[in-house]
Amino acid sequence: MSAAPAYSEDKGGSAGPGEPEYGHDPASGGIFSSDYKRHDDLKEMLDTNKDSLKLEAMKRIVADPNQLIRASALRVLSSIRVPIIVPIMMLAIKEAASDMSPYVRKTAAHAIPKLYSLDSDQKDQLIEVIEKLLADKTTLVAGSVVMAFEEVCPERIDLIHKNYRKLCNLLIDVEEWGQVVIISMLTRYARTQFLSPTQNESLLEENAEKAFYGSEEDEAKGAGSEETAAAALPARKPYVMDPDHRLLLRNTKPLLQSRSAAVVMAVAQLYFHLAPKAEVGVIAKALVRLLRSHSEVQYVVLQNVATMSIKRRGMFEPYLKSFYIRSTDPTQIKILKLEVLTNLANETNIPTVLREFQTYIRSMDKDFVAATIQAIGRCATNIGRVRDTCLNGLVQLLSNRDELVVAESVVVIKKLLQMQPAQHGEIIKHLAKLTDNIQVPMARASILWLIGEYCEHVPRIAPDVLRKMAKSFTAEEDIVKLQVINLAAKLYLTNSKQTKLLTQYVLSLAKYDQNYDIRDRARFTRQLIVPSEQGGALSRHAKKLFLAPKPAPVLESSFKDRDHFQLGSLSHLLNAKATGYQELPDWPEEAPDPSVRNVEVPEWTKCSNREKRKEKEKPFYSDSEGESGPTESADSDPESESESDSKSSSESGSGESSSESDNEDQDEDEEKGRGSESEQSEEDDKRKTKKKVPEGKGEASSSDEGSDSSSSSSESEMTSESEEEQLEPASWRRKTPPSSKSAPATKEISLLDLEDFTPPSVQPVSPPAIVSTSLAADLEGLTLTDSTLVPSLLSPVSGIGRQELLHRVAGEGLAVDYTFSRQPFSGDPHMVSVHIHFSNSSDTPIKGLHVGTPKLPAGISIQEFPEIESLAPGESATAVMGINFCDSTQAANFQLCTQTRQFYVSIQPPVGELMAPVFMSENEFKKEQGKLMGMNEITEKLMLPDTCRSDHIVVQKVTATANLGRVPCGTSDEYRFAGRTLTGGSLVLLTLDARPAGAAQLTVNSEKMVIGTMLVKDVIQALTQ
Amino acid sequence: MIHSLFLINSSGDIFLEKHWKSVVSRSVCDYFFEAQERATEAENVPPVIPTPHHYLLSVYRHKIFFVAVIQTEVPPLFVIEFLHRVVDTFQDYFGVCSEPVIKDNVVVVYEVLEEMLDNGFPLATESNILKELIKPPTILRTVVNTITGSTNVGDQLPTGQLSVVPWRRTGVKYTNNEAYFDVIEEIDAIIDKSGSTITAEIQGVIDSCVKLTGMPDLTLSFMNPRLLDDVSFHPCVRFKRWESERILSFIPPDGNFRLLSYHVSAQNLVAIPVYVKHNISFRDSSSLGRFEITVGPKQTMGKTIEGVTVTSQMPKGVLNMSLTPSQGTHTFDPVTKMLSWDVGKINPQKLPSLKGTMSLQAGASKPDENPTINLQFKIQQLAISGLKVNRLDMYGEKYKPFKGIKYMTKAGKFQVRT
Repeated sequence: MSAAPAYSEDKGGSAGPGEPEYGHDPASGGIFSSDYKRHDDLKEMLDTNKDSLKLEAMKRIVADPNQLIRASALRVLSSIRVPIIVPIMMLAIKEAASDMSPYVRKTAAHAIPKLYSLDSDQKDQLIEVIEKLLADKTTLVAGSVVMAFEEVCPERIDLIHKNYRKLCNLLIDVEEWGQVVIISMLTRYARTQFLSPTQNESLLEENAEKAFYGSEEDEAKGAGSEETAAAALPARKPYVMDPDHRLLLRNTKPLLQSRSAAVVMAVAQLYFHLAPKAEVGVIAKALVRLLRSHSEVQYVVLQNVATMSIKRRGMFEPYLKSFYIRSTDPTQIKILKLEVLTNLANETNIPTVLREFQTYIRSMDKDFVAATIQAIGRCATNIGRVRDTCLNGLVQLLSNRDELVVAESVVVIKKLLQMQPAQHGEIIKHLAKLTDNIQVPMARASILWLIGEYCEHVPRIAPDVLRKMAKSFTAEEDIVKLQVINLAAKLYLTNSKQTKLLTQYVLSLAKYDQNYDIRDRARFTRQLIVPSEQGGALSRHAKKLFLAPKPAPVLESSFKDRDHFQLGSLSHLLNAKATGYQELPDWPEEAPDPSVRNVEVPEWTKCSNREKRKEKEKPFYSDSEGESGPTESADSDPESESESDSKSSSESGSGESSSESDNEDQDEDEEKGRGSESEQSEEDDKRKTKKKVPEGKGEASSSDEGSDSSSSSSESEMTSESEEEQLEPASWRRKTPPSSKSAPATKEISLLDLEDFTPPSVQPVSPPAIVSTSLAADLEGLTLTDSTLVPSLLSPVSGIGRQELLHRVAGEGLAVDYTFSRQPFSGDPHMVSVHIHFSNSSDTPIKGLHVGTPKLPAGISIQEFPEIESLAPGESATAVMGINFCDSTQAANFQLCTQTRQFYVSIQPPVGELMAPVFMSENEFKKEQGKLMGMNEITEKLMLPDTCRSDHIVVQKVTATANLGRVPCGTSDEYRFAGRTLTGGSLVLLTLDARPAGAAQLTVNSEKMVIGTMLVKDVIQALTQ
Repeated sequence: MIHSLFLINSSGDIFLEKHWKSVVSRSVCDYFFEAQERATEAENVPPVIPTPHHYLLSVYRHKIFFVAVIQTEVPPLFVIEFLHRVVDTFQDYFGVCSEPVIKDNVVVVYEVLEEMLDNGFPLATESNILKELIKPPTILRTVVNTITGSTNVGDQLPTGQLSVVPWRRTGVKYTNNEAYFDVIEEIDAIIDKSGSTITAEIQGVIDSCVKLTGMPDLTLSFMNPRLLDDVSFHPCVRFKRWESERILSFIPPDGNFRLLSYHVSAQNLVAIPVYVKHNISFRDSSSLGRFEITVGPKQTMGKTIEGVTVTSQMPKGVLNMSLTPSQGTHTFDPVTKMLSWDVGKINPQKLPSLKGTMSLQAGASKPDENPTINLQFKIQQLAISGLKVNRLDMYGEKYKPFKGIKYMTKAGKFQVRT
């Protein structure tokens, strides 16, 4: 550590490597020296002038039993910038990288770039160490090692694969500086490994186009082509976000709430570069928040917002007012805000923006006023509707007393006039008059250019202006002189009678000018316009050359193309490539193999076999059994869960680090601190998958029910899905032709029999929720963090079984069912997520399945599922839509349209689906219940039948009826459940007090009395049946 | 990452430099001085200045430029955020962060900087950890150090760095266990000429001072958490609990820290507690202008408005002002043209006002621009958004802490356009 500079070669000329001043170097000290009483001999060695002795001392300290001393020693050792010690350093780093203490390992990670900068030949060995440290599971190490990775071998992206998911999961607990580095590295990683999420949109458009042309062809060629078109469409895989891609987006989102501006910016750039268009919006709010911070932070953030607002204007539009300028802002901030305001201006908000600009023009800060005028010019070019208003406003500014303002206005007016010169002769005249007063060269030049360009609009004034300019020619600035020559040439060509002499005079003056540009121009112009004997060829075309119609300039933002730099980077800020900038790669055409990120799980292959076998068996299992599958997870009581938890923590403790005494406290702390959870979650997850897979086999579920429960994220089903997912990546519509592997020939008959009552067997796959095994486990680990007590919250029992939406007879071969998946709907938390299963039992493909214009009762809204282009005969598909029922059981009616037909359908939710489980402790439950007494309480007595007396069954029945979470409860005969209604968020508390001999009392407390009453009815019905 | 740090005072002297990798010559700062000259005002110096071999990233606080030198691509906010953290740490250590104080404590400053960065990458930036490593100076310790020649480096090995609660040091002991929370809300507003609100929003923070023994686990709940539109947390707050229950659950750092900052927007929610009546007019013919401001309470929820200050940057044409306030004191600086009026408390029965004339440059035409009026005020015992803390519970420790909550509303960037 601090001793380093003393050794450092670079430290000035005088400070040789072994200077004795080291002893009281103010910056020395550090941790280990405080302990030096115990290390007197070491101190002596360190204080000598002999490097070798010092090194010896260091080496000894590196092996000290105290981890802090080991770490500090390594820090010092690695800071010695003498090439001789490279091998020793390498040894020390290697040793430290496998140290028991994470803190020492962190220091080792820090030492890597130091050694690399000292001797880059060590790269290969260092990469080995990095690879090892990347596999580390502690948050302490993660940030530092990624930093080392970025400095030493940013190109070795393959090292990240295996650690990707772990890094994503650890991210939230890494310290802020590490977060920034990891996020920016993961952004690059994601760009190389995943497909562009926006390709979906472009693909859809393409498809629509194709369909359009296709139909034309149909008419021409007949029915034959239709089939080929249908066959062609599924060949293009619809885009599905890689679950790992989703994991990254999901895990970084909470970091938008970080107090560190750097972290927020890092997440914002990640979302900007990686998220689908619809999701980028979330970053706007956080970025706007940063505008409250120090002006340097504002400066950087505004630069980035300026770039983003060009690409995604809609994102910042709601925050328009946050960019309003205060007179106390520093000028550079004002100008950036102005840039953003200009980018955000559109047809609707332009009046407010212009009114705001109007106040800015009267500011005392003249640079800012000039920038405002330019901004007005840009608004005027971009938004045709206000062009005249802006122009008039700018003309009024011409009478401003401040010359700078006038000059800027002239420049902008010139640009605007170029767009429609014919109508604005008056303004040009006005400008011509100004030449007497305005002294700013740029403005004078602009006026002269305008007059020259549009001299036919001001035929009488133009020659006079030239006369005046000829008089003052010698005193003008260079750019003005050039424009005078220009004006003279143009006038000579259009009105040579009046201006011939003037032109010659000007050209003669220019001929002897000091500036060679002007002399050049004069010579060139003279040859062109004055016809001479030989040079006739060009001068015949002089008019065309000088008075060619010129395109109007495009006023655009200087931030236009900045987004090819990674946002938030130094290079983006400077708009120039900084040293060491890593180019943000383009999305790959084809996704690289996603399985490289899979972390080995021993049972992997086995369980997949098992799943397949299970599928074969499915027709034999009845519905009720199917439902018991998932309850297993809902039911596993708190004790066992927490037991396993504690086991895991001790496992992880012993596994990961030392037998040192303070580590024990650490583990205890871990249970309180949030630092621990994700660390453990990995191990937890693995264990769970191991544990649960066999159970899944034992309980097994029928195919149809399996579909329901699979969508409710019950893990065993997930496994099967993800297995298949790997066979057919990136496709959420699954073909299940009758002869597919899932239905072997021997079972065919029974399947066919069943088909009369149930739709053809489908393995519905919930589109966004496809998760590979390990990922599912990872994710669960994440949500587990605070609420290990309530497993039911995590894997809610799937709702009631399938309900029919459209019978296949009524639907002319199209059968549609729906289930309530009980997963939170990703787009809108107030929506109930409904899985719609389509199957085509006709013999022609069904095309263009989508939701038609719904006629909904007030308050109810639906989020349609993406259109399904085509459903081949015998095929089935699943889509997810969200419905906001507004906490009522009113049915949502809508049309289901195919290309040819429309079907009126309606979904009526059972009351139990209108809520989502919440976690609360017993005390909280009691407290909340206390608040919901009286009118809000509904009590009913009932008799529990004999079949329904065990805990297991009661819990299962209640949770099957209503989407509630179980609340832990002290007494054994009482069951408590809690939830919130989705739209209103009002609490629904359910208590079931089971007395001996089957008598029971059911209480529901809820603000929404209607919901309460209906819920009581439903639950009683479920329990007594 | 960060190569070196230079501290430059307002007169352009480099009074401290620190290098984490190799030494970068001071001459690199010449580029900075150039930019400073061009910028005329200190806050207009661009925070990022490219030079041929280095990049200079700077922050300006307490009249000191903190200039970091970097050589390779690094997110600029990373460096800026770090520099601000350095300033915060100095402030935390020495009470104020100014040139003389830094010079007086140069040893501690170097020690702290050494611990904050390792090879240019941040190492220990939490003040709790740092204070364990390097004790903040006290008079007694300074005396002892001068006599014995020892330093402020801690005698014990810090364990906080290793704990899973990296922001809290272990083994904290207090005889009086107390936890104070200050809910401070600032109103940012722009009021237009006619008195209507153009934009208004509330920015709030909860600053805490927690002095509790051991490892307390606190939960803080609000009566109306839905008010909070956008929040950012101290790393100690468990995000998941907030997401699911809207409760702040955390193991607090020891001492002072900012628990939460939040944002309440939606125009209609913001009550504007004061109004300003103004009549500032220049006449073309005469060299005298009229000036009159009255400040009055608007929506104050029955509380008194205190600490009112009015400042305004007058146009350049104004030579002098002769004004009489009905209360408080006022000053006008004829060089910077800054008018400031220290009003104090607003008495609703007798509204404070400032009246008089401005003398303008003779012969010059009247100024185009009207000055904007900046307002400062404080309202005690009130959170203008209506945010209320419901309760504070402590788990994990046995004793009963003393808890206190204070509310305050202040003017943030409160401007009245005229």
